[in-house]
Amino acid sequence: MSVIFSKANILFMFQGLWLTIVISVFTIFLSIIFGTILAMFRNYCKGRLKFLSVFASAYIELFRCTPNLIWILLLRFTMKGNAVYISILAFTLFTSAVVAEIVRGGLNAVPNTQFEGAASQGFNFFQTMWYIVLPQAYKMLIPALLSQCTTIIKDTSFLKAVDIQEFMRNSSVVLGSARGIAQITALYGFVLLTYFVLNFALSCVVRGYQKHLAVS
Amino acid sequence: MVKGLFNISRWEEAFANMDTFGEGMLMTIKVAILGLLVSLLLGIIFGVISTTKVKILQIISRIYVEFFQNTPLVVQVFFYYNGLPQILQGILGTSRPVRLSKLLLGVIGVGFYHGAYIAEVIRTGIEAVPKGQTEAAYSQGFTKIQTMRYIILPQTLKLILPPLANQALNLVKNTSVLALVAGGDLMYHSDNIVSNSGFLQGYIISCVLYFIICYPLAALVRRLEIRSKKTPTPKKMKPMEVA
Repeated sequence: MSVIFSKANILFMFQGLWLTIVISVFTIFLSIIFGTILAMFRNYCKGRLKFLSVFASAYIELFRCTPNLIWILLLRFTMKGNAVYISILAFTLFTSAVVAEIVRGGLNAVPNTQFEGAASQGFNFFQTMWYIVLPQAYKMLIPALLSQCTTIIKDTSFLKAVDIQEFMRNSSVVLGSARGIAQITALYGFVLLTYFVLNFALSCVVRGYQKHLAVS
Repeated sequence: MVKGLFNISRWEEAFANMDTFGEGMLMTIKVAILGLLVSLLLGIIFGVISTTKVKILQIISRIYVEFFQNTPLVVQVFFYYNGLPQILQGILGTSRPVRLSKLLLGVIGVGFYHGAYIAEVIRTGIEAVPKGQTEAAYSQGFTKIQTMRYIILPQTLKLILPPLANQALNLVKNTSVLALVAGGDLMYHSDNIVSNSGFLQGYIISCVLYFIICYPLAALVRRLEIRSKKTPTPKKMKPMEVA
């Protein structure tokens, strides 16, 4: 047992965990930006800009109906360069579509009178979005976006398939040297527990915030 | 790479492997359907027992849901693939590790994982119908079964069908996790074809095949969402004939 949980092994696994967190954080921020843009395209582009709305719809449908893993593999296969950047790109492409659907739900929930009110005060479209609609929408969306964070953290383990040195991949390297039931069980327990602590903390934040919203 | 996309001979070669794609697709569909059945069963059981007043049942359901929702499917499947056979060997006392078949691996993997999500969907659906509805139904002389049939279930179903269909969609996508343990599904075969041939046509074909499976589900989600937002209108009643 002492061999498996040696200092070097644990350090190695936690290096992977750090990369997992870095990839997740970049992904969620980029996805919120692109997802919001896509959602606004889909919802508000009419008339001459209709093609943007069609593009956004097609994009969302395409990524919603195909697995994340295929985009990870496809980008890894076609692009050269830093593997970590490529995987962040793959995750962002995929997650943007999911976030776009979440944000659209929020935008639709902002009552129409808000737009009319803003227009009556002389706000243009971007001002209306930035000062009036998006702040209200995001406030409602925080729980859904945080749950999406847990999904991303969990899904980074797919990156093992392209040998990015994230937590799951590093842990499986350590697992390769595990012998016997006790060691294997202990190691899987450790990996599951680490993911659990990370995600459970996030979902506790979600729940706390939902209660806070319900009270106020 | 992009130039290779328009190379017709590459497409021909990729399409020559259509049998393998078909085999993978069949596996994916099998895992998805069986996995959906398992997850529905688990979801209904755990969702219903978490709304009972028995504390211990609530705790069991909570542990199940939190554990499977907060750990990655990939780790779970790897555990079934690597860890479980040896543990089963220890328990059953066989001479070799007890390997699960790839189909079973996938069904258990996505079934248990999405079962946790479905349990949450069903719990919130049941809790969302106010108690006053039941009381009002009783006061109007409805029996327990009639209350369920005419008052509670229609309201619950309307709430839970969209997220349920969404879970089915995610479940189909998540069957691709089998590729990581050489599970013989669509993702695995297409990845093999790509690494054997060295060009990406295989990924594109499997992308299209996944899209064909998933798009009807996504369309269903949207329809159900629109339907669940509509406020119900009373049925038109025939004016009573005066005899």
